[in-house]
Amino acid sequence: MSDLPLIQADRAVPPPAATTTTRGRGRRLRLLSGTDRVVITLMVLVPLLLVVGLVWLPAGATVLLSGTNWDGIGPLGEIDWVGLKNYDDVVNIYPPFVPAVQNNLLWLAALFVVATPFGMFLAVLLDKEIRGSRFYQTALYLPVVLSLALIGFVWQLIYSRDQGLLNALLGTQTDWYGDPNVNIWAVLLAAGWRHVGYIMLLYLAGLKGVDPSLREAAAVDGSSEASTFFRVVFPVMRPINIIVLVVTVIESLRAFDLVWVINKGRNGLELISALVTQNVVGEASRIGFGSALATIMLVVSLVFITLYLFTVMREDRR
Amino acid sequence: MSSATLTRAADTAPPPARRRPLRPARVVLHVFLAAVAVGWLFPILWAVLTSLRSYEYTATHGYVSLGGWTLDNYLTAWRTAEFGKHFLNSVYITVPAVLLTLFLASCVAFVIARFSWKFNIALLGLFTAANLLPQQALLIPLFRMFTEIPLPAWMSDSELLYDSYWGLILVNVAFQCGFCVFVLSNYMKALPHELYEAAMVDGASVWRQYWQVTMPLCRPALAALATLEVTWIYNEFFWATVLMRTGDKFPVTSSLNNLRGEFFTDNNLVSAGSVLVAIPTLVIFFLLQKQFVRGLTLGASKG
Repeated sequence: MSDLPLIQADRAVPPPAATTTTRGRGRRLRLLSGTDRVVITLMVLVPLLLVVGLVWLPAGATVLLSGTNWDGIGPLGEIDWVGLKNYDDVVNIYPPFVPAVQNNLLWLAALFVVATPFGMFLAVLLDKEIRGSRFYQTALYLPVVLSLALIGFVWQLIYSRDQGLLNALLGTQTDWYGDPNVNIWAVLLAAGWRHVGYIMLLYLAGLKGVDPSLREAAAVDGSSEASTFFRVVFPVMRPINIIVLVVTVIESLRAFDLVWVINKGRNGLELISALVTQNVVGEASRIGFGSALATIMLVVSLVFITLYLFTVMREDRR
Repeated sequence: MSSATLTRAADTAPPPARRRPLRPARVVLHVFLAAVAVGWLFPILWAVLTSLRSYEYTATHGYVSLGGWTLDNYLTAWRTAEFGKHFLNSVYITVPAVLLTLFLASCVAFVIARFSWKFNIALLGLFTAANLLPQQALLIPLFRMFTEIPLPAWMSDSELLYDSYWGLILVNVAFQCGFCVFVLSNYMKALPHELYEAAMVDGASVWRQYWQVTMPLCRPALAALATLEVTWIYNEFFWATVLMRTGDKFPVTSSLNNLRGEFFTDNNLVSAGSVLVAIPTLVIFFLLQKQFVRGLTLGASKG
């Protein structure tokens, strides 16, 4: 599912021969033969049709459908436009909406305020070329290769009311996944467990790209390790920081698998993504209404995707 | 590219003077990291441990105990949950999807990296952003579309794109293409342009420049991407959950949810099932960890 950029994460080192290649490339295009032109067109067109057809068109259609009262059954011609009524209903007469927004924000806050700084902190420690670094890195990264659905199951062994480790150790009878007062926190711990390793990897790559002479200069000036990090290293990693920010926002917005395997996003675990799904594949197929929820997700994510694209593309041209 | 990487690596290599006696700060650091690492591994180890014990034993002695070792949970889980079939379903979806993603993405990346025309940036943005959209935001039209598109019976017994492997493969490819285009185009941009000049002098067509000049040079990036994509598509849960109806056709990650009902009261079985599902990704991770690391260092030197 939803893992985001890993490999291209760091742009701190500029590409060697970027300027000459750009100039060279521009000249060649006119010299191409007919077959070559056809080949180039196909090479772009086939993947483009797939991505436009299966990603961008549906995204646009979602926005359009959010203005209708379509029930998903009748022909498209019978659709009635209802304007912003669906949005009005979502906000005002749909009880799970407010808890879902709160949970999504809580998810973001937990990943951003706790998991992300912790992952960064671990990356800084592991960047020091200490012995056993490989082992520590592997241990921390391991949860990232597991699916979030699976993580829901693995943590069930700890959280289960009757057979879980946590209750056995604490002598409590809490249903960690079932009790609507605590289950979001239990789930966030599991989600954070995975997120920390991911962030650590992104920052490890980022730290390797920081020019060592910067740190040496700071050390010569008598700067402490902490202040070197916050005043020199951290600002230099600006592109990585923005990528991590976007990754975190998008992960919190897209969060789905974990709550869906637990209880389909009900009873304390409401998330916008789960509400959309419930409205489409669940008992009640309310297309227009579900589309309004989906459009909200789409708009929020597009803001951050744009920020991301600007960051990576600017680094690209440098 | 390689010379830059080499010099940087040499710069950061620890100087011999680092062999100093263990300072207290180092001890604290190691204790802290070891504690975190053990804490991080614990949930996985706990699952393995639980899966190896009999339900009867843990029911009477509690889970915080030792004993009741058995492999029966694995046999039961394998049989009741029909893991063999579900693993095979995952293979049917993952292998074609990864190959197709890498092929299509490398085509686009090649054109973006090799030729400059005014849509380059827009194209790159279009692909990259597609990978970042929330899947649920596309669900409604896609769901409807898949139930409208017919397939011949030999391709799908539902005779629709909905509830067929083809549909899942396509949607995974469409979604993952963006990420691979982005990584590969960056990688290809760093290849020396002289290569193409030489190829042009030899009269190589665009296709040959792609297939015989560029692709072999991209092997490290392709290997790293293949590793990541196999993991991600194998782990994919959402699309299979909503675009599949027949339980028998679910890939293993999404079939987990069905197992939950069957294993409801038996955590030892749940853990055995979880371990079974995790094994392929763990094997890939441990065998190909270098690919992950190489992927990262490739990114760090941009290219």
